[in-house]
Amino acid sequence: MRVLGLDIGSRSVDAVWLEDGRMVDWAVADSGFDPGSAAAVFVDRAAHDAIVSTGYGRHGARERFGGTAVTEITAYGVGAARLFPHASSVLDIGGQDTKVISLGPGGKVTDFEMNDKCAAGTGKFLEVMARALGFTLEEMAEQGIAASTGVSISSMCTVFAESEVTGLVHRGEDRARIARGLHESIAKRTLSSLKRVNAQGPLVFAGGVAKNPAMVALITDGFAGEVLVPAEAQIVGAYGAALSLAE
Amino acid sequence: MSDQAVDYHPMWAELGLDLPMHDALLEAVGGMYGATFMTQNNRPEGTGYLDFVMGEVHGLRIKELHDFRKAGGKVVGTYCLYVPEELIRAAGAWSIGICAGAEWAYDQVEQILPRNTCALIKSMMGFKLGKVCPYLEEADLLIGETTCDGKKKAYEELGKLQNLYVMELPQMKRAKDVAFWRSELVDLIAKLEELTGNTITAESLKASIREVNDKRRALQRVNAARAAVPTPISGLDSLLAVQVAFYDDVPRFTKMMNTLADELEKRVADGIGVAPKGAKRVLITGTPMALPNWKLHQIVETAGGVVVGEEMCTGSRYFEKLVDEGGATIEDMLDDLAAKYLDINCACFTPNDGRLDDVVRMARELNADGVIDYSLQFCGTYQIESTAVQKTVRDAGLPVLSIDTDYSAEDVGQLSTRVEAFLEML
Repeated sequence: MRVLGLDIGSRSVDAVWLEDGRMVDWAVADSGFDPGSAAAVFVDRAAHDAIVSTGYGRHGARERFGGTAVTEITAYGVGAARLFPHASSVLDIGGQDTKVISLGPGGKVTDFEMNDKCAAGTGKFLEVMARALGFTLEEMAEQGIAASTGVSISSMCTVFAESEVTGLVHRGEDRARIARGLHESIAKRTLSSLKRVNAQGPLVFAGGVAKNPAMVALITDGFAGEVLVPAEAQIVGAYGAALSLAE
Repeated sequence: MSDQAVDYHPMWAELGLDLPMHDALLEAVGGMYGATFMTQNNRPEGTGYLDFVMGEVHGLRIKELHDFRKAGGKVVGTYCLYVPEELIRAAGAWSIGICAGAEWAYDQVEQILPRNTCALIKSMMGFKLGKVCPYLEEADLLIGETTCDGKKKAYEELGKLQNLYVMELPQMKRAKDVAFWRSELVDLIAKLEELTGNTITAESLKASIREVNDKRRALQRVNAARAAVPTPISGLDSLLAVQVAFYDDVPRFTKMMNTLADELEKRVADGIGVAPKGAKRVLITGTPMALPNWKLHQIVETAGGVVVGEEMCTGSRYFEKLVDEGGATIEDMLDDLAAKYLDINCACFTPNDGRLDDVVRMARELNADGVIDYSLQFCGTYQIESTAVQKTVRDAGLPVLSIDTDYSAEDVGQLSTRVEAFLEML
């Protein structure tokens, strides 16, 4: 049986094809302004017997392509637990959401926390800050790692933090130290969220922001247990969605 | 709400409502009602009464109040269930719970109240400033209460716009607090007698205690039926019943709720449920949900769950406890009223451990699979108490989801994801 897992997120549309529970292919595309059409390309690309959608576009995808829908939280839990069977918790920082998930035996979700209204401390936040600093995302992460100390950023709101960063730049503050400070402030917020759901190691760090080496370093540093980053951190949701059908 | 046979515009104009804005409000609420309630499957027939009452929410019911006042009756508006309906009715007046459950005229509200005021208080001011609530305009007196800082201070502003009397609610439950609250009831009697020109007698008070208890007993029956698996009535309809209880005619509402309860008990006996088999059962606890705030219930039930109870002021706290009916003299009855009302477990009290016990007890009695703890943003008392609620529920072995929101639709997408994930987890 071939199952297509689709994760329609705010920044990317990810697809995973399973054949009898084993991943045979995967792909990632930009969500752009029409994520449904980006997903349609994947739906048409190969034959499949079932589709499971996740991500904020899951209900739209279910209506358009048929199949079923699960939330990102269940999908990331299932996907991370299959990749790392000894995982106890999952951190997913995506384009506009952050989720922390505690896993019980067998990868079952026992508790989770998700940011409510705003995209503070997510991929979107990093994109806006990189632009304010005149860096690409990759440059901002490299500079953040290179700086030995960070400037303390007090605001987590994307709009306020952007003003704060602009103020720091105008005062002549070192951009690398600001970059480090921004990553540190997200890490601090994320670590306290992990504490609230009593997340234990090993922690699987997935989602698009897990591709940012500065964030990985800071989370690894601050988390009490082991931190595991999947090779393709972005597709864990799509993988888990497809797997959830079998489970 | 749109296809009224009678044109009530002359009545609304007489009340000084802003007619174009009021039409817009009715259209919005009517549309919301249709989309939320009329799309439900397999509703009990008895909910037809709720549809009728909601369809006439600013029509027939206002006409009743209007006629009552023209015949010399007085209407008293309240914002909180600590204000004893029994005393209002014993004085021959009608008690109306004023709703404050929708975002309205916030642009005007924010000229008076800070932006970071809870949605309930902003809505309370918005309906007045926007001139769209006929109940407010029919109220000869509003009675406020010192439950939280936000309401307490907002009443100072509301009182500049309308005749308003504030009762001081103590915030602890010691014997001296009960005695103090009783003295507040005595003062309220004087206020009500002055307003109505009537005297509250032992007979009138005894009758009104009985009548309001009957309303509570009917709601108890409706809500007890929800413990059945499958549950015979949706959370949305059950919540609506309590919201309507605040403003509907008491004997009529009691009768209709008993009819609904008969039907629900029959459904339970026949094993008829309202939600699909295996639907996850949720208890909601927290801040009151004033009419027409149906946001969280709709999210839960659209996601395939079913709400089986509300530990809130628009829920069990409204009907669970009765006033002792044994009192013969006014003095006895005042003791009974003071004791009953101070036994309601609102987060404005400290300590408030009774609420924690209630949540766990209700979750068990109603066979809930999980608990959602609901706070309105900037409602400090419930937001702070949330920590203790979550811990208590977890310690009792039940999953809990904590939600902090307001009346806007901007977070519905993310709330849906959290609620769906919670249901998937149960």
